Amino acid sequence: MATKPKRRLFKKRQKQLNRSMAGNTLLFTLMIICGIFMALPLVMIVNNALKPLDEIYQYPPKIFVRNPTFENFTDLFTLMNDTWVPFSRYLLNTVIITGGGMVGHVIVASLAAYPLAKHKFPGKSILFSMVVLSMMFSWTVTQIPQYTIISWLGINNTYAALILPAWSFGMGLYLMKQFMEQLPDSLMESARLDGANEWQIFWRIVMPNVKPAWLTLAIFQFQQMWGNTGSLFLRDEELKPLQFALQQITAGGVARAGAAAAVTFIIAAVPITFFLICQSNVLETMTTSGMKD
Amino acid sequence: MKAKNEAVVLSQMTEAEKIAAKQKKLSYQIKKNKASYFMLAPYFILFFFFTVLPVLMSVGLSFTYFNMLEMPTFVGWKNYIKLFLDDDIFMTSLKNTLIFAVVTGPISYLLCLLFAWIINEFKGKLRAFLTLIFYAPSICGNAYMVWNLILTGDRYGYLNGLLLKLDILNEAKLWMQTEKYIMPVLIVVQLWLSLGTGFLSFIAGLQTVDKSLYEAAALDGVKNRWQELWHVTLPAMKPQLMFGAVMQITQSFAVADISINLAGNPSVNYAGATVVTHLLDYGSTRFDMGYASAIATILFLLMVGTNKLVQKLLGRVGE
Repeated sequence: MATKPKRRLFKKRQKQLNRSMAGNTLLFTLMIICGIFMALPLVMIVNNALKPLDEIYQYPPKIFVRNPTFENFTDLFTLMNDTWVPFSRYLLNTVIITGGGMVGHVIVASLAAYPLAKHKFPGKSILFSMVVLSMMFSWTVTQIPQYTIISWLGINNTYAALILPAWSFGMGLYLMKQFMEQLPDSLMESARLDGANEWQIFWRIVMPNVKPAWLTLAIFQFQQMWGNTGSLFLRDEELKPLQFALQQITAGGVARAGAAAAVTFIIAAVPITFFLICQSNVLETMTTSGMKD
Repeated sequence: MKAKNEAVVLSQMTEAEKIAAKQKKLSYQIKKNKASYFMLAPYFILFFFFTVLPVLMSVGLSFTYFNMLEMPTFVGWKNYIKLFLDDDIFMTSLKNTLIFAVVTGPISYLLCLLFAWIINEFKGKLRAFLTLIFYAPSICGNAYMVWNLILTGDRYGYLNGLLLKLDILNEAKLWMQTEKYIMPVLIVVQLWLSLGTGFLSFIAGLQTVDKSLYEAAALDGVKNRWQELWHVTLPAMKPQLMFGAVMQITQSFAVADISINLAGNPSVNYAGATVVTHLLDYGSTRFDMGYASAIATILFLLMVGTNKLVQKLLGRVGE
């Protein structure tokens, strides 16, 4: 009787190059131990948001919730309905400020990074080192002159006061330039021979090939813009972002501790969701584009 | 040949002609690279207004007394002289900052690289999830809540509780109020917070390494993952390593938030003071913007020097 072919529970993976079993085990163990420690903030945010008030004030504090409830979120939504400016307005402001600051920065910084990485022209090295050096100057003291300039340009108390400076952050340009530098010159050269101009090369060749870079930059910039309360530049309540309104709610003291825990959850959950969307895309990119020199 | 001809031509010209020729060449090059300059323009116009001008103005302010209410008055080098000769707390904070830079800087950098590299071994959804777990301290925004819980100074603090249970301690320690514990604890917290910007850029950088390089390396006699890392992966992601180093420098030299949130500002006998906490003390508490700007300028010079050194070191990767 012929033996039935054994059905495997797991598909046998093709053995990867240069990977030993002992090394794998060592690294996985390390990841689990460190992972528990690194996940603490996530665990705490979720548990706190689900705690009823008496557990929030329990002493000594416990990390894990015993009687989970959604009370904190319903409290928060009630409070949201009482705000002076309709809550949807805060939401709209956040979409404009975060979205505008992020998309604009990714485009403007990438556009400038391309010539810095791949063209030769006078002034190139000075411009680039100015950007790198600018990241080393403490923003605490540049805030005052920046405020003066923003007032002088007449964009104080508008969305532009938050969005335009964000477009010119140094880190984004530096990150994009470093990734573009790695692209083989032959890639652009062959496009040029086919008659493509620099704009077409930028949009159709360069940007698709550095997708992991701009997805990562989008994460950084989203985090940065989302966390901005705008209180330095925005005076009108109608222009202020969600972050500001949420922090106003939590400033309500002891009675609002439950709602505050829900706010902390939402403030973290939004960038985390965005992070996960971007990260899972970072991983897919390079398997689909075969780029060789 | 062409270069030689050019040299001959140049030597035959007079000074004035040379300058004119240079200018002509420059304007020709600018015209030729019109597309490049158009692409640079939007970013650099904004960069000039919102970064270059403010930085120059701050450096200017460092030579003035400026309380943010009256116009600044010029005082020459006075702020800098006071900083180095007359400010003991600045010396303490400078020392602490250098400790952070020397200890947490390199370790954090290596941790970013190590974890990015390990995570790169995983596939698909699991990988995105692991990245999130390790990036959690940077994205959740409640790091201080976690550490306050751990470091609470009574026996209910998690660290005290654990050490008491294991009989390592016989009474609870006031971690954040005791001078000698402040710096070591802050260093641990800072290391825990390491996996930020550099980490994510390394994750992305590892994605762009050409997979065929690994096959070629295996044929060339690379035997295990460690050799592969040094000879293939790291040289292939040198631009990201440079980027990560600059980000690490800007972070390690600018440690302030963790000190202020866990140890307070001022901390007990300034044990947790850093250059940036000192700067914030003058800038936002005492309203002496001139002095704060002088501190920022010194910090800037420190970072620029360190950056030069680190870039040189990184040039040797993979050799």
